[in-house]
Amino acid sequence: MSRVGARPLALWFGLALLLALPGLAALLDQPFYLTLVTRMLVFAIAALSLDLILGYGAMVSFGHAAYLGIGAYAVGILAFHGVTAAWIQWPVAIVGSAAVATLIGLVSLRTSGVYFIMITLAFGQMLYFLAVSLKAYGGDDGLTINVRSRLGGPLDLSNGSVLYYLVLALLLGLLLLCRRLVAARFGMVIRGAKSNERRMRALGFPIVRYRLTAFALAGTMCGIAGVLLANLTNFASPAYMHWTRSGELIVMVILGGMGSLIGPILGAFALLALEEALSSLTQHWQVYLGPILILIVLFARSGIYGVLAPAPKASDG
Amino acid sequence: MIDPQLLAFQALNGLQLGIMLFLMAAGLTLVFGIMNLINLAHGSLYMVGAYLAAAFQGWTGSFLLAALLAVPATLLLGVVVEIVVLRALYEREHLDQVLATFGLILFFNEAVRIVWGPNALFVALPEFLSGQVELPLGIIYPSYRFAIIAVGLAVALFLYLLIARTRVGMLIRAGATNRAMVGALGVDVKLLYTAVFGLGTALAGLAGLMAGPILSVESGMGEPILILTFVVIVIGGIGSIRGAFLAAVLIGVIDTMGRAFLPGLLRAAFNPSIANAVGPALASMLIYVVMALVLAFRPQGLFPARGA
Repeated sequence: MSRVGARPLALWFGLALLLALPGLAALLDQPFYLTLVTRMLVFAIAALSLDLILGYGAMVSFGHAAYLGIGAYAVGILAFHGVTAAWIQWPVAIVGSAAVATLIGLVSLRTSGVYFIMITLAFGQMLYFLAVSLKAYGGDDGLTINVRSRLGGPLDLSNGSVLYYLVLALLLGLLLLCRRLVAARFGMVIRGAKSNERRMRALGFPIVRYRLTAFALAGTMCGIAGVLLANLTNFASPAYMHWTRSGELIVMVILGGMGSLIGPILGAFALLALEEALSSLTQHWQVYLGPILILIVLFARSGIYGVLAPAPKASDG
Repeated sequence: MIDPQLLAFQALNGLQLGIMLFLMAAGLTLVFGIMNLINLAHGSLYMVGAYLAAAFQGWTGSFLLAALLAVPATLLLGVVVEIVVLRALYEREHLDQVLATFGLILFFNEAVRIVWGPNALFVALPEFLSGQVELPLGIIYPSYRFAIIAVGLAVALFLYLLIARTRVGMLIRAGATNRAMVGALGVDVKLLYTAVFGLGTALAGLAGLMAGPILSVESGMGEPILILTFVVIVIGGIGSIRGAFLAAVLIGVIDTMGRAFLPGLLRAAFNPSIANAVGPALASMLIYVVMALVLAFRPQGLFPARGA
């Protein structure tokens, strides 16, 4: 138990750094870093949502980026028609991603294992092709968003720092929500079904209903990340939903440390930083990223969080 | 309302797509059935097959010669990948396999850009296949696409004979039913795995090189067909070659016919502006709807492997 103290300390330090970042970026006159870290925070939300089903429920969804797209297109399409108020855009995005996640979950959760991976991948691609075929909203080229969501009051999202703090606040809020969730009875059932499904069934838990709820919840959270991504980039594109994006989200979760809530956040930061560093070195950075991924899978399964701060007791799986 | 000539033409196009999907699905489903490995990089091997054929054609000037060289070259690459990376993954969980083979895709997609440049390559049709054939009932069809159908059917027959009638096929079937027992009986399981993976790779390479002249040979060309192949396997049932064949033809025909005729049918039923907006979207989603329906009623697929 002696190492436990180091963990919260490092986390508080990280949080302090994040809180000071817009000031630092302005001080160093490097607005690029503000955008980069906002992007990292947005993907941290997406990775966190995936971890909820992947890390705690062993549901390997390979179509998770679809909800990023749904959130982004909800903002984009409404803005295209002149509706920029956040109190309309955001609920539409949340309800939309929740509804789609529920439908996909209803079909996909009839299967498990490798079938589940292939089906979620196929549904993700279906939505990708749907976005590509939306010619009225840019089709393949994507949809430019001229005005960011209007929240009203002092919250003007066209100011990069305001958007940054909003994203950070949402990430922290969702992190706390997830902490409560996985520790609650709901989380216990999901985790129990992961380690021994048959026993949980025998105990009388309606496993599929619990899993579907988790699946829909994760999709909804990722939809929120999509809303934020659209506001950050001023753009909604089919590329947000491409299956390689879903693959990257899985990589973030594994890289950071599956089944811990801080892990996927670290993973999102690490993967995007790695991509940024490699792409500044060479145009062909993916030729290095691929083998790095393979090496991580083969030799470093516990992830960054597991290496930095080994769990005080054996993981309960 | 629909021209029967056009209908037959599109049906043959659907069959041709189905044949390609079968070549991909057969390899993927064998590898999954026997080694319990989900290989996302199967589409990359298809892409490499297409690139190698294009390169060999550039050197030799002959499509046939290029095809004859590209299949063993792709097979060789597949065997190297199996020995270097995949062998370590057989005992791992599916999530690890997905991630590592995802890494392979990133690598291959970028590697072909480095070797052959970012632009799509052009593969010329061999002269004797650039014309058209006249089929019974007066149907005119491009010879090359007809040749793809013929080659695919021949490969399907070959696979059937290989698996149902030979000793190697017996081992493959036994491996799919009970791997541990096959190993315990003294069969060199490692060699069997490499051979099966090589076979799957050669089939993917064959599909890729045949696709070269009708699609553009470019980085990332393997992924769309990989996703379709997953749909085929889910519908056909994992580990079943027969299921892969029937589901591949089914998906090929439904997808092609849907894209060709669904927008037109919608235009007849609704006003044109709605039909033009909804038609292509609906057509591109059609096979996924079929997949969802199949899963809703038969989660194990339409033609699951016997005894598995």
